Amino acid sequence: MALVDERVAHGHADAHHHELGFWQKYVFSQDHKVIGIQYGFTALCFLLFGFSLMMMMRWSIAYPNTPIPLVGKLLKASGGIIVPELYNQLGAMHGTIMVFLGIVPLAVGAFGNYIVPLQIGAPDMAFPKLNMASYWSYFIGGVIMLSSFFAPGGAAQSGWTSYPPLSDIAPTGQTMWLFGMLFLIISSVLGSMNFLVTIIQLRAPGLTWMRLPFFVWAQFVTSFLLLLAFPALQAAAVLQMMDRLAGTSFFLPSGLVVSGQQLQVAGGGSPLLWQHLFWFLAHPEVYVLILPAFGIVAEVIANNTRKPLWGYRSMVYAVTFLGFMSFIVWAHHMFMTGMGTVMSTFFQTTTMIISIPSVIVLTALIISLWGASIRFTVPMLFALAFLPMFAIGGLTGLPLGLAPSDIHLHDTYYVIGHFHYVVAPGTIFAMFAGIYYWFPKLTGRKMSELLGKIHFWPSFLFINGIFFPMLIQGLAGVQRRLYDGGASYSHAQPVLHWNAFMSVSAWLLGLAQIPFIFNLFWSIWKGAKVGANPWDATTLEWAAAPSPPIAHGNFVEIPTVHRGPYDYSLPGAATDFTPQHQLQEA
Amino acid sequence: MEIPYTVEARPDTGVFNAKLGVWLFLASEVMLFGALFSSYVLLRTGAPAGTWHHGREFLNVPLATLNTIILIASSVTMVMSWASLKLNDFKKYRIYMGLTLLAGVGFLIVKGFEYGHKFEVGLLPKTNTFLAIYFTLTGLHGLHVIGGMIVNGYFLGPGAKLFKTQPERFTNRVEVAGLYWHFVDLVWIFLFPTLYLL
Amino acid sequence: MSASDAESIRKQTRAYVVVFVTLMVMTILTVAVSYFHMPVGLAILVALVIASFKGSLVAAVFMHLSHERKLIYWVLLLTVIFFVALMAIPSLSQWDQRMLR
Repeated sequence: MALVDERVAHGHADAHHHELGFWQKYVFSQDHKVIGIQYGFTALCFLLFGFSLMMMMRWSIAYPNTPIPLVGKLLKASGGIIVPELYNQLGAMHGTIMVFLGIVPLAVGAFGNYIVPLQIGAPDMAFPKLNMASYWSYFIGGVIMLSSFFAPGGAAQSGWTSYPPLSDIAPTGQTMWLFGMLFLIISSVLGSMNFLVTIIQLRAPGLTWMRLPFFVWAQFVTSFLLLLAFPALQAAAVLQMMDRLAGTSFFLPSGLVVSGQQLQVAGGGSPLLWQHLFWFLAHPEVYVLILPAFGIVAEVIANNTRKPLWGYRSMVYAVTFLGFMSFIVWAHHMFMTGMGTVMSTFFQTTTMIISIPSVIVLTALIISLWGASIRFTVPMLFALAFLPMFAIGGLTGLPLGLAPSDIHLHDTYYVIGHFHYVVAPGTIFAMFAGIYYWFPKLTGRKMSELLGKIHFWPSFLFINGIFFPMLIQGLAGVQRRLYDGGASYSHAQPVLHWNAFMSVSAWLLGLAQIPFIFNLFWSIWKGAKVGANPWDATTLEWAAAPSPPIAHGNFVEIPTVHRGPYDYSLPGAATDFTPQHQLQEA
Repeated sequence: MEIPYTVEARPDTGVFNAKLGVWLFLASEVMLFGALFSSYVLLRTGAPAGTWHHGREFLNVPLATLNTIILIASSVTMVMSWASLKLNDFKKYRIYMGLTLLAGVGFLIVKGFEYGHKFEVGLLPKTNTFLAIYFTLTGLHGLHVIGGMIVNGYFLGPGAKLFKTQPERFTNRVEVAGLYWHFVDLVWIFLFPTLYLL
Repeated sequence: MSASDAESIRKQTRAYVVVFVTLMVMTILTVAVSYFHMPVGLAILVALVIASFKGSLVAAVFMHLSHERKLIYWVLLLTVIFFVALMAIPSLSQWDQRMLR
């Protein structure tokens, strides 16, 4: 098994190499490749755990107040039934874990860390020690989050959005959520600093901005979002901690009555303050979730169409504009808070405008398929599926971004359907594409194509089975965060039957991941061995570094770049791909 | 393989890595304190007329003025310590860095008096929203002062060895630490009038 | 270290001292002004103007921003824009909401 190539680069300044012990090489490593794998493995575990929480939730939704098989044995106090308090914990933690412990660490921490330095021809990230610190901060935050399940009163249970006043008075688990977030945010802010300096300063000679692989542009914008948006949530978390621990009233209005008793606090606070600060982060956060996915899909499509991406320049301008706009749309999550018409108009306008760059990117990717020589490899299947799935996700966002329709749809299952379409068959499919695509670079072996297809098709089917009916239920007015899936509401009765259908789809989706998990581990040891560039790709990570890359320094020699990132099928060239660092057309 | 541009500047950007890094970090800190300032504005403008407590009611303006002077002075000594390194004067560097640390200690002692006195007379964060934001803002600022002092202490103590072997790299590090320290001073320059005088 | 570099550092040192004195004066000024009775809006404006002036001196001279690279200026410009949005919009939103009543 070769996850870290033992050969050492003989750079001209390689004066102080010495053998690192086990702990420094594999645990407290400063090598971006090892850290990337650490992030990846940890994130995949969290994604699996978050998925399991959802599978429990779906039991409660489909068969409320019925003992849940297997897991029910652990719920002795309620006779195996998922009570509403537990359901709320599952819901809040599912969201938190998937977003903050799963997707961002995978998309940015794992893929970003491993691939970006390689794609820009750098020996490592700009600040390797900081990189290591970022990972361990994430790890600590994750441990705190998981431990919160054992707190008296249970884990956080006020939604992943932690709205006060409820979150201010919630049990201890909420305080642990806040502490966990502190560590996660520090991890992200330091990490984003590292990415930005790396991309700006460590590009190889000849690698100008417009020659960067689109994946690097996506990570670049993502890092700006993380850097400037996360501090607002950090501030909010500090304020909520003050409320919970020091008895302040930042988010508690005067005269609040809880369980028939007036709260003995100073009052004068504003629950809306939390919402502003939270969404100031959380809106850019959703673009953090999608941008790396755009990046991965772009790489896989370019490689498997054997032609340059159509509209590369437009895509770059689009994602830059998208990043900027993402900071001024946040209150479209707050249309129902009694907002005045001036603010409402402002945010509806910016929200409509921000849909344009996403359309540009999606259109460019679709047009890139025209006249292409498509290779239906497993990464390409996931990348292709991403396109219509993201389209549905994006389109369903439009009625939410307009206040009049949002009145009916806010806090319904329509919202859940919308954002899951973007994140699940959207981002997560892109993550799968990335794993199948870059696995050979990490290991020098390919994953099984057959198992990959067995993973893909049922996943694609069942994931739609879960999320499409949510749109139907939402339009019928079924609210979110109901432990019984709407069973106690008369207006929900006509669409209740979808619950069992969706739950079964969810469990079958879970089963469909088994071939992937098996494939991933099996291929590390038994996958077909391949050379440095099995996909015949043009970008530096494939064309200029071995598989896996050299332990210290990645490249035998830092390449010089002479051309753009996607010189596939150059007229007159001998092969259908010309690597970025190749001077002459072959 | 060495990471390029850790000491010398990259030609097209004109900066070395850590300088860009610290400015990016400071950008995130602007957003952090900005979020808290924004909270202050929202809470104050949202308070019903006559219910907002003003700084003068509880806070010691002369003491805080002294603290402002101390912190500004420490900014001067900090940049002088860097200038001394540029002039290859290690002894002067130690003196100025020592003074910076001393000023930091002074700042924290005054802060300690301020907080201590308030707690004694029962003025706590939970007493009213003004005090809540006062303690949070100055507390977070104080934590940043402590953080800066730890870094500066390291560069005065064990970290100073680097000057013998890689003077330029060490000078850059002190410059970067200085940028952080000036930022902490900058935040206080706005915090002081906002909380104590308005 | 060349003679001209040393000379430029000495010039900068003079600037640091001048700025230090200016900052002291401004600090005394802002405290003194705060004792005059003026409408709240004006008081806030005066305090912020003085603080901004002080802050600009620290940034330009101590932090060497007056001679920095374009790259750093761009990062800061971006930050300032979002800082203004974060400062302004929540309070404007509250104001807009109150206009309803």
